[in-house]
Amino acid sequence: MFVRLVYESFRRQKRRKLLAGAAITLGVTVATAMIAVATDIGDKINRELRSIGANLIVTPQEDSLDVEIGGVNLKPPSDGAFLNEADLPKILGIFWHNNITGFAPMLPATVKLQHADRTIDSAPLVGTYFSKPIRYGTDIVTTGVHATNPWWKVSGNWPADNSQDVLVGEALAQKLGVKAGDQLAISGRDARVSGILSAGDASDNEVIAPLAMAQAIIGRPGAVRQVYVSALTKPEDAFARRDPKSLSGAIYDRWYCTPYPQAIAFQLAEAIPHSHADQIRQVAQNEGAVLTRIEGLIFLITLAALFASALAVSAAMATAIFERRAEVGLMKALGAGKLAVASVFFAEAALLALIGGLIGFGIGSALAHQIGRSIFSSDISIPPVLLPVILAIAVIVTFAGSATAIRRAVGLDPVFALRGEL
Amino acid sequence: MSHAAQDLAASRAKGPHTSMFLRMLVRAAILRRGRALSALFAMVVAAAVATAMLTLYVDVQSKLQREFRNYGANIVAVGKGGASLPPDSLSQVDSVLSGRGVSAPFGMIVARTTDGQPIVVAGADFDRVKQLDKWWQVTTWPTAPNQALLGVRANSTVSRKGQPFDLSFQGKTLHLTPAGTVRTGAAEDSRIYISLDDFVKWTGVPPSTIEVAATGSPAEIAATLNRVAQALPTADVRPVRKIVEGEARVLGKTRSTLLAAAALIILTAALCVLSTLMGWVFDRRRDFAIMKALGASGRLLGSFFAAEAVALGAIGALVGFVLGLVIAAWIGHANFHAAVTPRLSVLPIVLIGSMAVTLVSSILPISLLRRVQPAVILRGE
Repeated sequence: MFVRLVYESFRRQKRRKLLAGAAITLGVTVATAMIAVATDIGDKINRELRSIGANLIVTPQEDSLDVEIGGVNLKPPSDGAFLNEADLPKILGIFWHNNITGFAPMLPATVKLQHADRTIDSAPLVGTYFSKPIRYGTDIVTTGVHATNPWWKVSGNWPADNSQDVLVGEALAQKLGVKAGDQLAISGRDARVSGILSAGDASDNEVIAPLAMAQAIIGRPGAVRQVYVSALTKPEDAFARRDPKSLSGAIYDRWYCTPYPQAIAFQLAEAIPHSHADQIRQVAQNEGAVLTRIEGLIFLITLAALFASALAVSAAMATAIFERRAEVGLMKALGAGKLAVASVFFAEAALLALIGGLIGFGIGSALAHQIGRSIFSSDISIPPVLLPVILAIAVIVTFAGSATAIRRAVGLDPVFALRGEL
Repeated sequence: MSHAAQDLAASRAKGPHTSMFLRMLVRAAILRRGRALSALFAMVVAAAVATAMLTLYVDVQSKLQREFRNYGANIVAVGKGGASLPPDSLSQVDSVLSGRGVSAPFGMIVARTTDGQPIVVAGADFDRVKQLDKWWQVTTWPTAPNQALLGVRANSTVSRKGQPFDLSFQGKTLHLTPAGTVRTGAAEDSRIYISLDDFVKWTGVPPSTIEVAATGSPAEIAATLNRVAQALPTADVRPVRKIVEGEARVLGKTRSTLLAAAALIILTAALCVLSTLMGWVFDRRRDFAIMKALGASGRLLGSFFAAEAVALGAIGALVGFVLGLVIAAWIGHANFHAAVTPRLSVLPIVLIGSMAVTLVSSILPISLLRRVQPAVILRGE
């Protein structure tokens, strides 16, 4: 009889059920979409922040001082210590390798440039990876300045890493009078200018060449001066600033296994022999602050969204039950107790919440995908564990929203209710 | 009919017609306090949420721009071809900025340590650097003349135990006392910073670079850049593109996300109002039927319910606006540690939006009921 009551109520009052169901579906849709966006926004903004450049740098441990003014390196290229290019794939083997979005080795050199009748006796050249596939174990990852320096704009083509093609910074190109496609003599070697680089920084005055070419020019095969690493990190807190040497056991493990800039730098220095890794504070420190602010803002807004959708569901349920006073009166006149009436309503509410919750979860996931695609042009992943959580919230909110209305409904005197005087 | 009754009828007929209308409006709200209050509550919440979201949407740009200024300079002016800047450059830049940003001059040379190693020495205005480059991790800032701030790597080369040391530049020697160290993870770690006065006195080289962190929107920053370039005709003035572009990207995406969230939340809140209000109006179909049976025209009824809706929308919007500003201010305080400026421009949007929603939600049931005979409604069918 109980089941039949609930079933018939759904069959016969389609319009009302549809209205209440629609409210629940909408509420759950908004809740799902906002929770999905809020849980993923940190990662998405973190990736956007990577467009400001690398946040970690790996240098040789026993390096002499850099002599650099305005981005131009004045140190003799053969001076100081080097890292070994063969060690670089080990970057992909560190604990947080999934958080490394890219890295680019750098090897500066000073060269003589000659194009047509113009000659520049001493110009800076930097060897690097443009977009090089790196193999570590079975993984192949493509990395280089294309990934770490997204503000670099190239008119023409990016050079291939195994070619004799180079990029010329736009200021230097103007002095030399070279265009994309021209031939250029670099310290006696023939090279082709595949593109002109506009970087808005010191690189506008440099030649950017494949790493192997720079190594050949300074006569040090396999040498790398420094490596810029772009990594997704967690904003630093007081725990992050602890010295790993002073930590012990489980606390050390927790520090090591949190993607703080310090921890990733520590692991990089571990992975590459004779190296020192440090965070580039201008980038690393500030992205923590920006990230915390944006995450906090979206979190608070998600709370507001949850509140608004809970209110919408409660309002719809209260209205739906209030309209059914006559029915309650009839049930009570036929001898139904308060418990029986309440349980019919709660069963209906639970059923509505589950159906509305499922549909809402589906639409909400689609909406989150859509938001991810259109704003960040990448998917927003929805953890499957969210489904039971959302359904539980939907049922609780629906119950809470109905509770007052149901209490008032079961408290009605059947006589008044049936005469429609309330 | 008696004389007195005739007088009464006459005076009532002459009396202001609107009083009955107003009385019905007020009584309808007072007699069904519960339902009226719940409708008003829904309206207030919706208006508050809408106000808070719109205010935050407008304000988040300036709040995040402030965070991004901690990345330091977004404009750099360098003397053309490595030349020094004219002596009045800094005051020129400051007058262009007029408080909307921070600027700091730098001079740089390569000096030699006593064992002949080359090292970059920079002259800087420490008070300005403190404001511009907030990410510098400095142990102690120099305060007295001939004190130096050493990059962590420079420190281990020139002055291992905090001993005073000498530097030479073009035959002139400068005796310096280390005050503290600076760590940035970048080129600064290999440099020695001294005060600009010491630097000019020692080397005779005036500053060659001015770094500027201009505040404002991308368009305002571009305008500042142009004006700095006009004020310093002998300098190369460039934007720091990675900072400018990164900022624009992150800001744009954050604002889009916020807009999507705001649209969803406002939609939900509006539907909440819609369902509550429609339920309330629908519940009063008996009042409606009685008025109609007593001879009220369809137009009068429509205007009655419309006036009610507009009043509810306006009151709800005003209360909600104030409440929403409080919420926005709280979020600003909790998340950005700064006040959110109340935007009066949001008020008309919220007000009109609220009244539109309430109008729709009361006109819709009325137009449904209008077709029904009053007798049918009064019989409870």
